[in-house]
Amino acid sequence: MKNHLLSINDLSIDDISAILSTAAQLETITSGPTKKLPTLRGLTVVNLFFEDSTRTRISFETAAKRLSADVINFSAKGSSVSKGESLKDTAQTLQAMGADAVVIRHSASGAAQRLADSGWINASVINAGDGTHEHPTQALLDAYTISKHFPERKGDFKGLRIAIVGDILHSRVARSNVLLLSKMGAHVTLIAPPTLLPVGVESWPVEISYDLDSALSSFDVVMMLRIQMERMSNFYFPNEREYARRYGLNEFRLGKLAKNSIVMHPGPMNRGLEISAASADSSRSVIVEQVGNGVLTRMAVLYLLLGGAPMTEVSA
Amino acid sequence: MMYTLTGATLADGTQANIVIDGNQIISVGTTQEGEIIDCSNLRVLPGFVDLHTHLREPGKEDAETVLTGSQSAVLGGYTAISAMANTSPVADTAGVVEQVFRLGKEAGLCEVFPIGAVTVGLEGEKLAELGAMADSAARVRVFSDDGKCVSDPLVMRRALEYVKSFGGVIAQHAQDPRLTVGSQMNEGEVSSRLGLAGWPAVAEEAIIARDILLADHVKSRLHICHLTTRGGVELVRWAKAQGINVTAEVTPHHLLLTDSLVESYDPLYKVNPPLRTDVDVQALREGLADGTIDIVATDHAPHPVEDKECEWSSAAFGMLGLETALSVVAKAMLETGLATWERIAEVMSIVPARIAGYERQGQAIKAGSPANLTILDEKSNWQVDRYALASKSHNSPFHGERLPITVRHTIYEGIFVVRDGTLTGERYE
Repeated sequence: MKNHLLSINDLSIDDISAILSTAAQLETITSGPTKKLPTLRGLTVVNLFFEDSTRTRISFETAAKRLSADVINFSAKGSSVSKGESLKDTAQTLQAMGADAVVIRHSASGAAQRLADSGWINASVINAGDGTHEHPTQALLDAYTISKHFPERKGDFKGLRIAIVGDILHSRVARSNVLLLSKMGAHVTLIAPPTLLPVGVESWPVEISYDLDSALSSFDVVMMLRIQMERMSNFYFPNEREYARRYGLNEFRLGKLAKNSIVMHPGPMNRGLEISAASADSSRSVIVEQVGNGVLTRMAVLYLLLGGAPMTEVSA
Repeated sequence: MMYTLTGATLADGTQANIVIDGNQIISVGTTQEGEIIDCSNLRVLPGFVDLHTHLREPGKEDAETVLTGSQSAVLGGYTAISAMANTSPVADTAGVVEQVFRLGKEAGLCEVFPIGAVTVGLEGEKLAELGAMADSAARVRVFSDDGKCVSDPLVMRRALEYVKSFGGVIAQHAQDPRLTVGSQMNEGEVSSRLGLAGWPAVAEEAIIARDILLADHVKSRLHICHLTTRGGVELVRWAKAQGINVTAEVTPHHLLLTDSLVESYDPLYKVNPPLRTDVDVQALREGLADGTIDIVATDHAPHPVEDKECEWSSAAFGMLGLETALSVVAKAMLETGLATWERIAEVMSIVPARIAGYERQGQAIKAGSPANLTILDEKSNWQVDRYALASKSHNSPFHGERLPITVRHTIYEGIFVVRDGTLTGERYE
């Protein structure tokens, strides 16, 4: 594995299986009475969040703490960053403080790559969501969740039919998932109104559909994406009601899903908009599991990037 | 002082001795007089003329000044540059254009012609005092809101009409503002993957199409800044076939670079209009070769380090151009066999001087012409070091590239302002 995790493109298929199997091992180890492992003791992980995201930050924080790393949370709000300090100055400050890994969430696409390529900092950079570009750990935790629900496949996603529904245009979750799931052999279909699909999507390794209903029963996984309220002002769709009617996962559509299929959502959800309460809380929904798997997957990423002590010593 | 450039190769390949006395060429042929300057194996062209230069003064002197921009220009073989109006304050009054004009005279390295804003404050709402700028000491003839588009069709129509009274031309930055809200790069396959908001070709082409029709309707003169798309080339080709009075420019960087460079997220590649695709680059080269595109203009856009050393979406749009222009054009057009040296002289000097009415520029190299010349070593090459350029800024996208051709000497009004590739410190009073 490379020194950083900026994009799913940084990962080979072997890297991906290493992360997923490490996450599985960690799940076994930490399911016992002691949740905490000493592997990253003495290392410092900085959560550098230029954008509010309580759940992702908490997930990374929990992951790092369970591996005994020291965690520093650096939030842009109320700090020097909101007073105009540049990414470069922030990075150099963290470098001076001896950060071993920087988990960065930023509203600008490419910010994580800028940080990693700039030479401003030596730490491993983990992209925790950059603008509308990528969110690789979300895709990894989604893959981990999917593989747990299809155990008979033993991690093989070939032919698995996955629908990603909603605002593809602005979704870093969709971009990372398309890369990861197609790399693993899954058949990905993007379902959205044409306004919420990027120009150029034809070049992606996916199938495109504007219609949620036509093939709903054929999917093994249906992943709903969050619709941000500010999209309404830019004519992406007429109003919430129409969006929910055409692209929301309501009870009627829930009933049409295939027998063993699962429903996913990266959160936070707009209940009643892209997903109805009944769908979110149904037995098909694995949304809460995704959160727990997020911690395991992020532990695995931190562990592999920072080269912690071998797992066997840990479990001993 | 009298001197002779001996054995120089002209654009058409013929060799001649060029005798210069004061600021004039007095003979082109076999005679030689005064100091002998050996120019055998060197190419002599009329000094280059840039119609699109951001000199940043007044207001952004940390990025560039009229003096450093002039130094950059003459090192690139230019003897005339045109200072864009988007300074602070905006060059929308006679006072500001006269200030820039005076700073150019003081620098004394090349002619500096201010371009006047079309609208007050570049706001696109109210016509600036175009007549006052035209009548000023700066004698402004080219007007542009560059950096912003004159997007209101009525304002554009009036501007086109109004400048007819003094032979002016409107240089349009073609960018529909509504189609490019928040845009960061060319909209297409690469932007879809990078998650950067797209700047679609149609936002450029829709304005070009509209303005061509307006120029035809009011029978005025339209110049289109930095054309970047295949569709734009097609529209200009169509307009010219109809006899509509439109000219167009292309930048060196759009002739060579594509949006795939944005994958690095390095803001050195962030520019407006954005880098497009291979198909567009090919169409631009063909358009420049066949005369659809009239000229090369640099869109030299200096920015201080902090405006590029940041995340992509916070970075400023723009690239340096003056010192690399010739080499980049040579790489795109000469090395590919698409253009001859005669065409290079046209697009870099003769035609831009004609469009803007710069009377002492772009003249034929013959007895009686002003001695504004650039002398090139076409056998040599150089590696671009963005920190070694004369510009106050370092935002060249060609850093580290080895490019063909060096500028050996630049002669402005008979004076060697660049000799052997170095500023001499001499200036024309």
